[in-house]
Amino acid sequence: MIGIQGLTKRFGDTVVLDAIDLDIADGERVVVIGPSGTGKSTLLRCLNFLDAPQAGTIRIGDLTVDAAQATRQQILGLRRRTAFVFQNYALFANKTAKQNIMEALVTVQGRPVQEAEARATEILAQTGLADKAESYPAALSGGQQQRVGIGRAMALGADLMLFDEPTSALDPEWVGEVLDLMRQVAEQRQTMLIVTHEMQFAREIADRVVFMDGGRIVEQGPPSQVLDAPQDERLQRFLRRVG
Amino acid sequence: MRALDFSYMLGLVPVLVSYIPLTLFMAGAGMVFALILASALAVERVVKVPVLDGLVVLFISFFRGTPLLVQLFLFYYGLPQVLSFLTQINGVTAAIMGLTLHFSAYMAESIRAAIAGVDRSQWEAAQSIGMTQAQMMRRIILPQAGRIAAPTLVNYFIDMIKGTSLAFTLGVTEMMGAAQKEAAGSFRYFEAFLVIAVLYWIIVEILSQGQKRLEIHLNKAYAR
Repeated sequence: MIGIQGLTKRFGDTVVLDAIDLDIADGERVVVIGPSGTGKSTLLRCLNFLDAPQAGTIRIGDLTVDAAQATRQQILGLRRRTAFVFQNYALFANKTAKQNIMEALVTVQGRPVQEAEARATEILAQTGLADKAESYPAALSGGQQQRVGIGRAMALGADLMLFDEPTSALDPEWVGEVLDLMRQVAEQRQTMLIVTHEMQFAREIADRVVFMDGGRIVEQGPPSQVLDAPQDERLQRFLRRVG
Repeated sequence: MRALDFSYMLGLVPVLVSYIPLTLFMAGAGMVFALILASALAVERVVKVPVLDGLVVLFISFFRGTPLLVQLFLFYYGLPQVLSFLTQINGVTAAIMGLTLHFSAYMAESIRAAIAGVDRSQWEAAQSIGMTQAQMMRRIILPQAGRIAAPTLVNYFIDMIKGTSLAFTLGVTEMMGAAQKEAAGSFRYFEAFLVIAVLYWIIVEILSQGQKRLEIHLNKAYAR
C-alpha cells in the first residue's frame, strides 16, 4: 500500500507539485499523463528523493516519511522500497548488463554474489538479453539499454516500480520491445507508477489513469473513463492534442 | 672542448641502473599513498564536510603553492627539530612522505574535476537503488572518475619519478645521488649527468607506452 499526502515541491518560487494526494493499492498500475512541465516526473522523483520535496508524507509499505524532516535513513528506506526506471536508461557505464542488475543485490541488499548472479541471469533471460550479459551499456542499443534498466529495477523486488517516461528517449523502432517488457512486469502484479505519453499503452495496462496539470491531479479514474469520457476541459484539450 | 668519454658512460650505466629499483620504489609507494589520499581529499571536496572542507582547501593550497624541494627540507630537516619523534625518520621515508603529500594535492584537484565530470545520471541511478554515499562513490563514481583522470594521473606519476631525484638532497643515495658521487669522483660531470638524463628519459618513455595501453584498457567498457 502506497500513500502520498500533501506532497509539495517548489523549485525557487515555482510550485511544481501542489499538495498532491495519491493512494496506490498493492498490485495497482497507475499511469500518469499530462502536458510536459506539469510535475509528472517530479512526482516520481520526489517519491525516492532524487528531488527532495518540501512537504507532505510518503508511505510505502511499513515506512512513513514526513518529507519536511526526512532523515538520511528514511530516504535510503524509500529508495530501497522503490525501483526507478529512467528516461535516459542511466545504466552504470562501468558495468556490464549483468553487473548492472547484480549491483544492488550485492552492494545494497548484501546477497551472496552467486545468488545475485543467478537472479541476474534469470532476469536477462526474461528480458530477452541473455546473450548480452557481458556487454557494456555503450555497446547496447537504446531499446536494449532500457530493457536492462527495467531488469535492474525488477531485480530489486521493490514495493513500487517507478517509470519515468521510459520510452521517450527511444527511437520508434525500440519502443515496442520496451513496452512489451513492461507488460510482462505488469502481469506479475507489480505495483507500478508510470509516467508516459504512450496513450494506447496506458489504456491497455492501467488500472487507473491520473491526469496532472499545473502540479495538481485534475482528474483520475479507470482508462475508459479518463481517456474516453474526460470531464475536465484541460484533460479534453490535452487528449485532443496527443490524438 | 673535449670528446665524450663513451666507455666511461657505458661503464656507468650498470652502476646507475642498479639504483632504478629504489627510484621506482619511492615513486611507486608515493603514488599508491598519493592516490589514496588524493581520492579522499577529492571526495571531501565534492561532499564538502563543514570545517574539514576548509582544512582540505588549505592543505591543497599549501602543497600546490610551495616547491617540492622546500617541502622535503621542511619534513626532513625542519620538522624533527619541532617534533622529536620524527628524528627516527630516514631519508627514503621522508621522500615518500613528501612526494605523497605534494602530489596528492595536485591529484586531488584532477580527481575532483573528474568526479564532477561523471554524468549526473550515474549519481541518480546509484541513489535510486538505495546506495549510501560511500557505496556510490566506491562502486560507481570513483571508477568512472578514475578513467577520466587516468591520463593526468599518469602524468603526475611521471613527475613523481623525476621528483624522486630530489631525495638525494635528503642524503639518500638514489639514482641521482649515485650519479653525483660518480661524477665527483671522476670529474666527468657532463657524461654522468647525460647518462642519468637518458635513464630517466627511457623510464618515462616506457611508462608512456604503458599509459597508452592503460587508456585502451580503461576505455574498453565504453567502446561501441
